[in-house]
Amino acid sequence: MNHYETVFILNPVLSDVQVKETVKKFEDYLVSKGAEMISKEDWGLKKMAYAIENKKSGFYHLFEYKVDGTAITPFELEFRRDDSIMRYLTVKLDKHAVAWAEKRRARNKTIKK
Amino acid sequence: MSIEQQAKGGKQAEVRYLTPLDIETKQVKKYCRFKKNGIKYIDYKDADFLLYLVNEQGKILPRRLTGTSLKFQRKVAVAIKRARHLALMPYVGDMLK
Repeated sequence: MNHYETVFILNPVLSDVQVKETVKKFEDYLVSKGAEMISKEDWGLKKMAYAIENKKSGFYHLFEYKVDGTAITPFELEFRRDDSIMRYLTVKLDKHAVAWAEKRRARNKTIKK
Repeated sequence: MSIEQQAKGGKQAEVRYLTPLDIETKQVKKYCRFKKNGIKYIDYKDADFLLYLVNEQGKILPRRLTGTSLKFQRKVAVAIKRARHLALMPYVGDMLK
């Protein structure tokens, strides 16, 4: 069970309901693959540094989870199939990255309060 | 007559300076900011930190300017390329620094 972190960008044209649906779909897919979701972050509508599919902004979402290594390629295949996803990036986290992620989450929590 | 001799106000110098101009060329010792602050992981998600390591056009600064060690320069390069992939940082930009 390795630690992974996936960031993906959703098309800004989507309505809120569709955004929630797609995020839910991917999360359920992960859970069905036996993943243990650690954290989900929604960065909301963010302006992008350059245009992707000539859109200037996108809905950013972050998933952090532990899953078996074999589940990653089919998961990314799901991303490729869904055309509302403009870009995704899955990263395997080593021990320093995991420690940093926890520190970052703690820091964000204090900011949100 | 080299500048230094003139600077020291050598007698033969045609131009004598009242106060010897001290061109300080002392090199400030560069250090690797990651080793010094004990940073272990460079996060590709916080783009505003990565902007320090990139020049105005968005190019990665070389080690001789930033002074980072080889090990962390590679991590920085990977993090910046990931940030660029996710459009958190521009590939080529005229960012106002």
